[in-house]
Amino acid sequence: MDYLDRLEAEAIHILREVAGQFERPALLFSGGKDSIALTRLAEKAFRPGKFPFPLVHIDTGHNFQEILDFRDELAAELGEKLLVRKVEDTIRERGLREPGGKYPSRNPLQTYTLLDVIEEFGFDACIGGARRDEEKARAKERIFSVRDEFGQWDPRRQRPELWNIYNGRIQKGENVRVFPISNWTELDVWNYIQRENISLPAIYFSHERECVVLPSGQLLGLSEHLNLDDTDEIVSRRVRFRTVGDSTCTAAVESDAATIDDIIQDLLLAKVSERGATRLDDNFSETGMEDRKRNGYF
Amino acid sequence: MGLSPAPASFFNFLKYPFSHFHIFHIQRIINMDLLRFITCGSVDDGKSTLIGRLLYDSDSVSLDVLAMLEKRRAGGDVDLALLTDGLKAEREQGITIDVAHKYFTTPRRKFIITDAPGHVQYTRNMVTGASNADLAIVLVDARQGIIEQTRRHTLLASLVGIRHFVLAVNKMDLVGYEESIFRQIVADYQLIAGRLHLPEVVAIPLSALQGDNVVRPSRHLPWYTGPSLLDHLERVPAEADANPHEPRFQVQYVIRPQTEELPDYRAYAGRIQSGRYRAGERVRILPSGLETVLEAIEVNQQEVATAEAPQSVVLRLRDDVDVSRGDSIVPLSAPPALTRELEATLCWMDERPLKAGRKLLIQHHAAVVKAAVTTLVDRTNVATFERVAADEAQLNDIVRVRLKTARPLVADTYRDNRATGAFILVEEQTGATLAAGLITATDPEAFAAPAENALAFSI
Ligand SMILES: Nc1nc2c(ncn2[C@@H]2O[C@H](COP(=O)(O)OP(=O)(O)OP(=O)(O)O)[C@@H](O)[C@H]2O)c(=O)[nH]1
Ligand SMILES: [Mg+2]
Repeated sequence: MDYLDRLEAEAIHILREVAGQFERPALLFSGGKDSIALTRLAEKAFRPGKFPFPLVHIDTGHNFQEILDFRDELAAELGEKLLVRKVEDTIRERGLREPGGKYPSRNPLQTYTLLDVIEEFGFDACIGGARRDEEKARAKERIFSVRDEFGQWDPRRQRPELWNIYNGRIQKGENVRVFPISNWTELDVWNYIQRENISLPAIYFSHERECVVLPSGQLLGLSEHLNLDDTDEIVSRRVRFRTVGDSTCTAAVESDAATIDDIIQDLLLAKVSERGATRLDDNFSETGMEDRKRNGYF
Repeated sequence: MGLSPAPASFFNFLKYPFSHFHIFHIQRIINMDLLRFITCGSVDDGKSTLIGRLLYDSDSVSLDVLAMLEKRRAGGDVDLALLTDGLKAEREQGITIDVAHKYFTTPRRKFIITDAPGHVQYTRNMVTGASNADLAIVLVDARQGIIEQTRRHTLLASLVGIRHFVLAVNKMDLVGYEESIFRQIVADYQLIAGRLHLPEVVAIPLSALQGDNVVRPSRHLPWYTGPSLLDHLERVPAEADANPHEPRFQVQYVIRPQTEELPDYRAYAGRIQSGRYRAGERVRILPSGLETVLEAIEVNQQEVATAEAPQSVVLRLRDDVDVSRGDSIVPLSAPPALTRELEATLCWMDERPLKAGRKLLIQHHAAVVKAAVTTLVDRTNVATFERVAADEAQLNDIVRVRLKTARPLVADTYRDNRATGAFILVEEQTGATLAAGLITATDPEAFAAPAENALAFSI
């Protein structure tokens, strides 16, 4: 077995533990490459049966249209159930304040929608595509990460996680976030996508796009959700996305990579991490991810 | 006529090429083997700094993360421990609280690093990391030498079956890079290694802070001719894929599509825990004992003739026998024990002490059964490694116990099989993980006699 085989076997094992241990699991599907890879792993874990969980998408309303189309096609192709809940509705129902500023990110508000959908369906386990190489707080999290009834992560009280024995036993109200590709790196995911011939939304590949140049030098794809003014410099560049999320807080990177091979070569040369290159929101605070996780984020 | 030595920088360039050299290695990366290692040792011995140094000097830190380090530079050197100490509380207190996982690749090998906390309070997190490691780097502060926490972590690492040890004598810069100090610590550690029968220990003097001997050899240590830490990590044999163990497989999930096309399809999804399975062989279902034939092995819906650990597979049986999650499917030769009585070593991880009579759950991978701790056999004194009498196990204690289970478990000893010999103890009500368990005997005939209770003498 090569390295990817091992990672795959581990991820399938984790997915099956979720199926075996929980009554109402869900797969949190963002439309990005990591969650698309997860659906392939779920096929390998459960076919010819159906997935023992629905795909759940928390739609910020700031997603790229390509991603939403791809999401719907993929769910149809898989023949699996897709649940979509919109941050917009949460904002209205809970009377939350819309984020302001030039780049209004609904990213933090997703947490509310997520907690609501968990409550609505009584999900006891939520599978996510987070990886430990993404961010320093994620590097600390268990594969089965127990959250209290408010979805909160307490990094000081994590359960020991021994060998590959995953303890998903919880009390009423608690739930578990499960990360089957915790031990994968960005490069591993791309190598897997290549090996498995997994199709991805077009925005992962090089294309011409109108972008705003941010003070950091990052390029943000132009969208109706940005509140720009005269001082903003708009340029047209050949870009691709290394990760997809909210269009208001996920930067594009300049690239000519048109194929998965090209992307892998790009990555081997890359001197900046996935998150560093693409995320605006984490740059705001050094503890951004940890704080959000403590509050119930993915 | 020997070759004249190339300048050190040239070698370093070959060994740690800049990224564009990696282009030639894409295929190799996928085929590369993997080494998982853990750092251990006492608080402040420099574990996190060492990992930081390893990543930094092997050009594995991205620019944005370097910028973060620079921003936090307080006067002198960048604090390399910040590369792994990712929690707010860790950065504030300057200690590690829970394990961090880091991933890096050199042209030779892929590594998964687990940086463990040294503080005794967080021992369970260290055990969490050690349980999945192939190699342990045991750090010692050259000024202090071996202390109790060095012994505890070495003991725990050897208990969970780590075979490769590195004794990293760190902070050599603070003792003038003095050879005799290194030698003394190595000699002291040899006593521990002998006592615990550690299969392999490689001692390396280094300075995580200065970078001596971490990735590159150091001119400060001319008396040391062995490999640098990374050299060694790249060369130490990783565990072989095919393991020699008896075939073991436990059902995680039953696949039953019940569709029009597949009305009767029924198959058992799980991971081969050890050994190799062959389609067509006779197998027994445990604990029921029913016998049938392994009709087919499927991987990704394709039938394969054989499959081996640690593959995740689907098994189809010839007969319609009753099989559910947690059951084992094993060939008729070399069966595991089927027992309701176990002897096991526990690493106790709960604040509330364990006393004999305590009821709890055993989670043995996919099998969960009620159990009771019937006897505390003994406790290992970490200072002396002697087994002493114990009437309770406190947080972080290592004890031997006997357990009785409500239903039979399909088990091997941990010595024979690292997969089927391991379990965790779980509190039924809260779900808390109470202990790591390693099966030492499955046959009551082989159980050890409880250590003499000191109190018995006074009666
Ligand atoms: N002089 C010197 N100082 C070192 C060396 N290695 C680490 N240190 C310092 O020792 C202190 C503790 O280092 P850490 O890396 O945080 O120690 P640790 O072993 O990870 O500690 P815990 O994780 O809390 O157990 C820091 O101030 C380091 O800068 C070294 O080789 N030489
Ligand atoms: Mg540390």
